[in-house]
Amino acid sequence: MIQTVVYIAIICIAVAMITLLYRVIKGPTLPDRIVALDAIGVNIVAMVALMSITLKTSAFLEVILLFGILAFIGTVAFSKYLEKGVIIDDDRNS
Amino acid sequence: MKTNDLILQTATKLILFLIVLFSIYIFFAGHYTPGGGFVGGLLTSGAILLLLLAFDLKMVQNILPFNYLYMVALGLLFAIGTGAGALLFNTPFLTHAFGDIHLPVLGELHLHTATLFDLGVYLVVVGVTMTIIQTIGGDE
Repeated sequence: MIQTVVYIAIICIAVAMITLLYRVIKGPTLPDRIVALDAIGVNIVAMVALMSITLKTSAFLEVILLFGILAFIGTVAFSKYLEKGVIIDDDRNS
Repeated sequence: MKTNDLILQTATKLILFLIVLFSIYIFFAGHYTPGGGFVGGLLTSGAILLLLLAFDLKMVQNILPFNYLYMVALGLLFAIGTGAGALLFNTPFLTHAFGDIHLPVLGELHLHTATLFDLGVYLVVVGVTMTIIQTIGGDE
């Protein structure tokens, strides 16, 4: 029972990731692409959690936390590039 | 152009310590479970990168006044020293030793010299990543 639900959820998330990939490649503007990349990161976290349920192991739970942190840092860097044009500035007060 | 980064800066001050704590956990989890020196070093440099994004290069160099090239050298020294130390005991290169030691306060401990090798890998990864980021990011 739970296995069927998990398989259906994995298929739904895979379809969502494919359509998000279309948005990343095709997206007319840069903010579209950034939002789509962030959503792909969230989908990967969900996919790892579902895989962990399917394989009945808790070894992948650290991967979830790791990927959450990396996706967060990536989104912050892209957003800062969008806002300012520079990612790391030398001196903020000058 | 002045921008208002209050939310990012306040969130960074909290999240930074969580990431560093998780990287230390990943570093020590590395022997039997996923983790190890490489991933721990990447997470630590991710934490410093978050600090660089929220603040600026000058302030981060005030907080962490390291020369990252020396950190690479120290890490290589740790890794090679752990490997070459096995030669002193007539065993092949990179043989590691382990043993159970009883300490007064901490109790029974299972100590391993592979941790020292991993510490070398950790220092090399943090040093190389931060050197790359500072060289690319700070050339304006």
